[in-house]
Amino acid sequence: MSTQTVETDIKVHRIQVVNRNQEYLCRDDKSLLVGMELQNTQAIEVGCRGGGCGMCKIRILDGEFEKKRMSRAHVSEAEEGEGFALACRILPRGDMVIESDHFEPAQ
Amino acid sequence: MRKGVMRPGHIQLRVLDMKEALGHYRDLLGLIEVETDAEGRVYLKGWTEVDKFSVVLREADEPGMDFVGYKVLNNDVLDQLQKDLVEFGCNVEEIPAGELTGCGRRVRFDSPTGHMFEIYAEKEQTGKWGVSNVNPDAWPRGLTGMKATRFDHCLLYGDDIDGTLKLFCDVLGFDLAEQVLDENGDRVAQFLTASMKAHDVAFIKHPEKGKFHHASFFLDTWEDVLRAADLISMEDVSLDIGPTRHGLTHGKTIYFFDPSGNRTEVFCGGDYHYPDHEPVTWTTDQLGKAIFYHDRVLNERFLTALT
Repeated sequence: MSTQTVETDIKVHRIQVVNRNQEYLCRDDKSLLVGMELQNTQAIEVGCRGGGCGMCKIRILDGEFEKKRMSRAHVSEAEEGEGFALACRILPRGDMVIESDHFEPAQ
Repeated sequence: MRKGVMRPGHIQLRVLDMKEALGHYRDLLGLIEVETDAEGRVYLKGWTEVDKFSVVLREADEPGMDFVGYKVLNNDVLDQLQKDLVEFGCNVEEIPAGELTGCGRRVRFDSPTGHMFEIYAEKEQTGKWGVSNVNPDAWPRGLTGMKATRFDHCLLYGDDIDGTLKLFCDVLGFDLAEQVLDENGDRVAQFLTASMKAHDVAFIKHPEKGKFHHASFFLDTWEDVLRAADLISMEDVSLDIGPTRHGLTHGKTIYFFDPSGNRTEVFCGGDYHYPDHEPVTWTTDQLGKAIFYHDRVLNERFLTALT
């Protein structure tokens, strides 16, 4: 178990990004995306960080999390049911396993 | 040739969470919150703006821009332009007075790039916020955040920018102030003005229709832009790029995102344009310098992160 307490009431969780063969520790008060940036890790594309642009689209394979509202233009209800999400809107609540690079830029 | 369009008047943006959005547009940008209408839309304005509002926020599950509106000189102009828009082939819809509180009849139309625009002639004039129109002081006390002075322009991404150029120039009387041409001489970016400003609206060529790049707000000085950058760091706001200068328009700028991922710019300075001026041209082999004059390199996010 990699979950640790860093500051009062803040825990960090281990995030595995399987398609990039990388992992990083993410604070539970930050999104998967911003937590990654704080660790100077590059495993997910960074866009608006606000659930709007879709660049950080991931698929969640395992783990507990909290989810904030994200753009339906990038994650449909059906996709959400299959574990797709925007990393900037996911707060980890335990160790997680994810797959990044699900954003498809316009051709 | 000018056709009686005066200025950008309002922009309606979709946000995922109204409370967070107000933290951005009211508390960080420093826009004045004007009112909330029966639909829950929140109206704001920059303190120098004479009309009642210029930014409308609507909560929705997909961020982006609903429409941007331009104010025209009077109702005769509005009637004439409505006919001209129909003749051009736009789908034109009339929105009754009062649908936006304090705004008169609006003529809404679509465009070849897939964006929705409006023109209108009348909006309640509440005056500049906090200063009188008689013997006015330099600025009002009580402003917050970046103290943005006005909604200035927006940049939109879409496919048929040639069609939208024709619509804005031939029908609405905008001028092409600046452009970017590729190696074949095809236009990939266009900055259009209805005034002396280097841009009242801008378009960049992009495969998808109807995308929103940023809404821009005017600050007076470079010092104000640097102070905006300080606030962005103090509040851990999502930064895109800056402070820097554009080659295009030569504005001094910083870009950041609202909590729903809509991009915001605050900027100062910029070139001016008169109707007899030839367009300023940048070429795509100098695109890095055209967009970011100091870095001279484009960041991928600036082209890709859209709502």
